Amino acid sequence: MSLPFAIIAVLTIAAAVAAMNLRNLVHCALALTVAFAGLAAAYLQLDAQFVGFAQILVYVGAVAILIVFAILLTRGGDTPQQSIFSSSWLAGAAVAVVVFGVLAWTVVNSAASRRELPPQPEATVKQIGDALMTKFVLPLEVVGLLLTAALIGAVIIAMKEDRPELRNHASKNGTKAETSGQIVNRKS
Amino acid sequence: MTEAIDQLFVSLKRWIEGFFPEPWRSTISIVLIVVPILVMFGTLFAVATILERKGLGRIQNRYGPNRVGPFGVLQPVADGIKALIKEDVVPYRADKVVHFLAPIALLVPVLLTFAVLPYGRNMVPVDLNAGVLYFFAVGAGTELAVFMAGWSSRNKYSLLGAMRAIAQMLSYEVPLILSAVTVVMIVGSLSTVKIVQAQDFTVRADGSLGLFPNWFVFTPWGLAGFILFTIAGIAESNRTPFDLPEGESEIVAGYFLEYSGFKFALFFMAEYFEMFAVSGMAATLFLGGYGAPLSWLTWIPTWFWFMAKVVAFLALFIWLRGTLPRLRVDQLMNFAWKFMLPMTLINLVAAAIWHFMGPGLARWFVCAALLIVPYFWLAHGLGFGKRLTKRTYRYAE
Repeated sequence: MSLPFAIIAVLTIAAAVAAMNLRNLVHCALALTVAFAGLAAAYLQLDAQFVGFAQILVYVGAVAILIVFAILLTRGGDTPQQSIFSSSWLAGAAVAVVVFGVLAWTVVNSAASRRELPPQPEATVKQIGDALMTKFVLPLEVVGLLLTAALIGAVIIAMKEDRPELRNHASKNGTKAETSGQIVNRKS
Repeated sequence: MTEAIDQLFVSLKRWIEGFFPEPWRSTISIVLIVVPILVMFGTLFAVATILERKGLGRIQNRYGPNRVGPFGVLQPVADGIKALIKEDVVPYRADKVVHFLAPIALLVPVLLTFAVLPYGRNMVPVDLNAGVLYFFAVGAGTELAVFMAGWSSRNKYSLLGAMRAIAQMLSYEVPLILSAVTVVMIVGSLSTVKIVQAQDFTVRADGSLGLFPNWFVFTPWGLAGFILFTIAGIAESNRTPFDLPEGESEIVAGYFLEYSGFKFALFFMAEYFEMFAVSGMAATLFLGGYGAPLSWLTWIPTWFWFMAKVVAFLALFIWLRGTLPRLRVDQLMNFAWKFMLPMTLINLVAAAIWHFMGPGLARWFVCAALLIVPYFWLAHGLGFGKRLTKRTYRYAE
């Protein structure tokens, strides 16, 4: 284990732990961004330039912003006063340790960990592009279709609704006569 | 002789490295790359502020700064001293840690983008295999810093400014990247050095150079891509006419409203550095990077041409700032999504057709038609079918 890897690993894990433990939700989102960046640094350290930069572009540049906007638009990011820990945190921690132990034991004892490491392939962006456009063109198209469908769905949800009952409602709210009992009855 | 001047900085670096023992050399080499870049762009920042204030003054028919030094040229020094000795006011309700980190988180990604720009022949700090991707990936980090600044100040104007800035930067990042993709498609590489080399002069059969270089801006898709890239770049660096996030008349100064002293100067600096980085990238992608514009001018060193192009971009930015009014938010968004994005997508198709039609005159007509027709069509759509006539003025008698 090299020194850069150790620094990146400690930073990523510390940021991930902070993302779970901080009280303020916006702070959690920012800590999560550091964890994303740490993962990107880990990819870069493994010479996977394309994956590393795509991770920064997508996660730090877009996903983090999305999370932050979601926090601001829903709860206003106010800090909770009571403890943020669940009452059964001890049981949760025990389950997590057991799962980690089982996984680690399996990984260490599996045939994959004893295999000879193949010589490091030179994965350039060009090769990734070639593979995406020839061998994996169908999965790429499917992902593209899925994303387009999601985009259209989001636009439909966000579109200004122009239904007649809504317009009536809006115009009634504007009139001064709304306080009188008659109109309130008619509206209901 | 020309070669020696061209490689002046490269040989200077080798010469200084020679004074140090072997194990230190890799570290010294990094320092010798980073420090000159910081010094050069720091100086350019100072020069750009005085040029901008003088230029705007000239456009607005006034003098501009003229008290410090001859013709006011020492104004940046005075500004720097002022920023350093001013009190650093942090609002009582502000989120102290995030408030402190925001200017740093903004400046660092912008500085990192300078790493892949080729400043001259053999003068690229890091020749990355995925250089263009690196540029945009690192640049994307600034959006979060803008949010940090706006949110941590606990000020409604700051938050409004941050929201506007993020909406604008996210919207214009799409056309910015897509217009750069055309160049990557044609060159077949993401390396900035390879992109510049692809735009070099054509060598004729007798070994002489063609008069004009093969800059991508001289092709239909390149010209369209260059204009789209420049517009999106101005929007990315929050300059007029896209300076809504800091609109003084509406939200005071936007996301950096609650910053004072040198932290404010850092925001200012980040904006200018972003402008330099976008200019450098635009020159690299479309204007032949460090290449000379005419073949009989190749005796002038390559680093001079790169800086000349960056400074020319600065002049363009200042000129635009002095002459264009600020857009409205809905106009800004409509322009990004209903004009810029379709144009960049059509431009991608045009570049592909250009590549597959092979040399000849036919591709010029096909590509130009493919770009000009949608241009008028989209521009008409952007006006919502309104007939724009000359504005009439009424004056008091």
